[in-house]
Order: sequence, then structure tokens, then C-alpha cells
Amino acid sequence: MPKTIAEHPALADKFNQDEERVNWHDQTLWWVRAKRDKAAHTLPEWEELRNLASQIKHNVLANLSEYLIQFEENALKNGIQVHWAADAQEHNAIVKSILQKQGVSQLVKSKSMLTEECHLNEYLQQEGIEVIDTDLGERIVQLAEEPPSHIVLPCIHKKKEEIGELFHLHLGTPAGNADPDFLTAAARLHLREKFLTRKIAITGVNFAIAETGEFVVCTNEGNADMGAHLAEVHIACMGIEKLIPLRRHLGVFLRLLTRSATGQPITTYSSHFKKPRPGQEMHIVLVDNGRSRQLGRKDFRNSLKCIRCGACMNTCPVYRRSGGHSYHNAIAGPIGSILAPNLNMKDYADLPFASTLCGSCTNVCPVKIDIHDQLYKWRQVLVQEGYAPAAKKAAMQGMAFTFSHPAFYRMAGKTGKWFMKTTPFVINNNLNPWFKQRDMPEPPKESFHDWYKKNRQQNGHA
Amino acid sequence: MVMHSREKILDAVKRNQPENTSLPAIPFFEQPFTDLAQKFSEVVQAIGGEVHPVSSYAQINTILKEEFGNKTIFTSAKELTELVDTGITYANAHAFADLELAVVEAHLAVAENGAVWVTEDLLQERALPFIAQHLALIIHPENIVPTMHDAYAKIGTLDYGFATFIAGPSKTADIEQSLVLGAHGPKSLLVFLLTK
Repeated sequence: MPKTIAEHPALADKFNQDEERVNWHDQTLWWVRAKRDKAAHTLPEWEELRNLASQIKHNVLANLSEYLIQFEENALKNGIQVHWAADAQEHNAIVKSILQKQGVSQLVKSKSMLTEECHLNEYLQQEGIEVIDTDLGERIVQLAEEPPSHIVLPCIHKKKEEIGELFHLHLGTPAGNADPDFLTAAARLHLREKFLTRKIAITGVNFAIAETGEFVVCTNEGNADMGAHLAEVHIACMGIEKLIPLRRHLGVFLRLLTRSATGQPITTYSSHFKKPRPGQEMHIVLVDNGRSRQLGRKDFRNSLKCIRCGACMNTCPVYRRSGGHSYHNAIAGPIGSILAPNLNMKDYADLPFASTLCGSCTNVCPVKIDIHDQLYKWRQVLVQEGYAPAAKKAAMQGMAFTFSHPAFYRMAGKTGKWFMKTTPFVINNNLNPWFKQRDMPEPPKESFHDWYKKNRQQNGHA
Repeated sequence: MVMHSREKILDAVKRNQPENTSLPAIPFFEQPFTDLAQKFSEVVQAIGGEVHPVSSYAQINTILKEEFGNKTIFTSAKELTELVDTGITYANAHAFADLELAVVEAHLAVAENGAVWVTEDLLQERALPFIAQHLALIIHPENIVPTMHDAYAKIGTLDYGFATFIAGPSKTADIEQSLVLGAHGPKSLLVFLLTK
């Protein structure tokens, strides 16, 4: 994604220009959220599983350095090459050096939000290397030259007609054909050729196991497996927080992940990569990129428990109506809004404010991250650090002045009422953000202050 | 430079780690179903698979002949290889690019989610169950466990190079949430429940 300092409200406005699409987006994600509820309710132990997952992840955060060393030791024993990247630049440079050693300039990549966070695709393109995203949704947004708008449903913001048009332009499908079955079949053929001809495959990692040095990749499409098993070199990129202590802990996380994400009982494929196949090279890149810093922030470290299911986005009333791109960050929605300010407070100061703090995100989170509390706490940190969005800062300073000057407060109240009564157009216009999608209320006949003064006198208490 | 980052990351992580808490014990969760084969079959069908209870490999062969006729079949199930003449010689996984059906035997399956556990030693090639146009899995009903916890209890610390849970045919819903079977992997899944 190009680095521009964009504010969530302005980008949400853009998304809201197409009301029909917003309604569709809203309803579709709510439908996914309802499927999550149905799946969760089939398990009597659901809440206990969430507690277990949260506790396991807490133990991971408390012992992360030890688990990382243990994982590395076991992965090396398994014949996997292990790399460490302090930040996004180093991650990208490591991937490039592996490609250069192979003399390869084309690769396939299955979904990895980490590589989105590191802007790997743009970096490799600038180096003259072709990256083909193989997850269908990711391939679609790649053809549209857009970033994914959702971590699980990358092109949820697109209508099938737009996808049909993209495929017509890039894959030669007949103009006007927008049938999902037909378009998926066309993508299958197009990507099969890539799987069979590319020598390097990059995948993400859902879970890495300290005990065994293996990692697990979950997909429904089978694209991670098609890429990895047909390539001579497999590069798996992961944030350091993806570790779990024991293999049997997968039982807890795999039961929660897809039920929370899409309402499925499990993904079609949960693939356990432990050793390269004979003749194959397997690499793991362990990436920090701010995670160790977030670990040190007491109020925000729980955000590192995230298993990237997307449930908080599907349930979020703001996300559903503003679209993933309005968050201008690789990870959108409530969880993205608490991860992003850690990467850059200035660029992402708007995101913790893109929430009603309704708490629905916290209620659905499978690892019990206190998401809405963290959003609230980030707001305070950002204001203290001087990164509050400009309009909010001016409004809050105005409010602080008004509330600390009683005479001015009374005058402001009277003036406001007079304007609402006599010249409503001064308030009911687009310069007043509150008025958007709302009608201003009828102004009261008298202020509480005047009413109180009058009534105290009437009751003889003056 | 690489060593430098490793130390830098581990130092920063160690410095910022919260106070330790112990790992929780995972309790036994009783499930609201008792007939494992029935629950497994229901879930497999719900996620787009087809289940055939059978009593012999010969019966499997008959069903495959009916459904796939003379199309290319490759099986890594030893007891089927004598029945199914694959006619495929291969040097690597790319040779399976046009394979119509792969038949794989599995050791373990999970009732709660219809997932079948397949390890590398049963595959010959890791790509086999993904690259074929259609997939058939053979599982013995006594090897079905209730939940993922039970599955990992059985798997234990087993050594393998690659292993995977397969639940249903390959699928996607990326285009307007319309479910389409056959994204990149098999378009259909047959599961044979083989009672000896």
C-alpha cells in the first residue's frame, strides 16, 4: 500500500459514496458473523476453549525468547534454514537474497499478512521479481492493484461484475461473465500453470510449534500446499508471536480458528510442515518488526495473542460500514487499529478513534484480547503523545475551554440553541460531522441552567 | 548481520516479556454425540464430501470404476494398487498434473469436523492429495476420534516430514461469498469408511 497519511473518516466517506455497496458489505459480513455464532454454539466448551487459548498465548508471551530458541533449535534439526529479521526491510532483503541465490525472478505466494505488513510484493516488483498471489481473493485484488481489504476475505469489497471485468482484462474470460463458478474455474486454470512452473513458493504461517520445530499453514483452497509441494524452495514468513509451545495445543487453536473466522468446523487443509522433502530447500523467516516493542507495552501486549481469524472485523459496526481500505493498514478493523499505532503512532493515530467502543470485538475474540479496552487506552496514549487527529484535537480543546469557563459555557449554550432554532442551515450542513446521516434534534425551549434557576425560585429555596 | 538481528530480537523480547504464568492443562471435553462414524459422515457431507461405507477394497474398486471409468487413477494405498492399474510412472509430483483421481489411505479421522489425518509416508508425493482433480480417502471407522484434542493425543510426538488434516474438497468463497468447490485442489472428495 502506498504510504500516505490518510484519515479513516475521509476514506470511510469515499466508501460510503456507494450506499448499495455499503449495505451489501455490511450485511455480508454480518452473515459471516452469524455463521460464527452458530458454529461456536455447537460446542458446549466454547468459552472454556477461549480461556485456554488465551492462557496458552499468555504463557507464550511470557516465555517467548525461550520458545523462539527452542523452535529454532528443532527447526534446524529438521533441516529447515532459520532467518531472523528485525524489521520489514530486513525481512524483504532476506527473501530477496534467497531468490538471488537461486537465480529466480518469479514466484508464487499464498496468503501471508506479514508479507503485506512488510510490503514485500512492492519491494520485489521494484527489484524486477514477479510475485503471483495464489489465494483467489488475493489474486483478484492483485489484478486490481489494490491491497486486501480483509485478512480472511481479501476482496470482500468487490462485486462479482468487477471481478468478471478484471478477469476479462487479465485472463481473457468473456466480457460480461460474472458467474462465481465460471470465474473460479478460470482462476484455477490460470494459477495451476503458475504452480507447475514456479520454482519458489512463499507461504505464511498460522502456528509454529516450539516443541517440534514444525509450522502449520491453513487454507481452504489448497494454494499453500500446491505452491510449497511443487516448488524447489519453500520460504515461510512469520511474525515471532505465531509460536505455540506444544503440538497438542493445536487442538485448541484449530478448533477455534475457523469457527471464529467463517463458521466452518475447520479449514479444508491444516498442513504441518516439519522437514523439507528430499531435494527441497525450506526456509523460515522470523520477523520482529515492532512485536518486541508491543510486548513491552503492558496495556497492548495482549494484541500479540491474535490468531488472525477476522471475527472482530466481521462483527464491527464501523468496519462493516467503512470497508477495510479505510484503515490504510495491512490489518484492518479493530485488531488492526491496536496493532498499527505500535508500528507508527503518527501515521495511524486516527485508527483507535475508528470505533464506537461497543465491545463486540472483545466478545467474539477467540483468544480473549481486550480489544475495545485497548482502543480506548490507545486514544489516551495518542493524545498524550501529541498525535491526536487535528480535528479531534481542536474540538477537544474547544470543549475543555468551554467546560472550564462557566460564563462562556452558558453563552455557548444559548448561542447554539438560537442558531438551531432560527438558522438550522448553519448547523445542518456538511461542515458539522455529527449531522452526517443524522438529523439535529429539536432544540429545548430553555437550558437546564435556566430551568433549575426558575424552579429553585418557585420552590422558595432561592 | 543475521546473528546481530537474532541477538537484538531475543534481547528485546526477553527484556519485555511479562511475568510468567503456567500452561493450562487441557481437560477432557465430553461431546454431544456418541456415534463417531455417523457424526463424521454427517460433517463430511455438510462440507461437500461424499461418504461410502464399504467392506472390502474390491468394493472400493467397483465404486471407483463406476464413478471414474477409464480416467487416470493413482493410489498410494497398498492393498488397492493390485486392483487399480494406474499406468503412471513418475519422477516427481509434476507428473501428476493431469491426474484425475488420487486414492489415499489414512490412519486417523476426526468426527467433530470431518478432518482426515494424512501423513507423508502414505502419500508417496506430498502434492498427491492436492494436485489431483478428485480425491478419495480410505479410513477405518475404528480410527475415528471425537475431537481434535483426541487426534493430537493419538498423534503425540510422531515424527514426519509433512502431514495434513484434509476436510472436504478444496473450496473458496472469495467471489461475493458464493461457495465454489474446487479452488486449486480436488473438486470432489470421496471418503470410504472401510469396515473389515
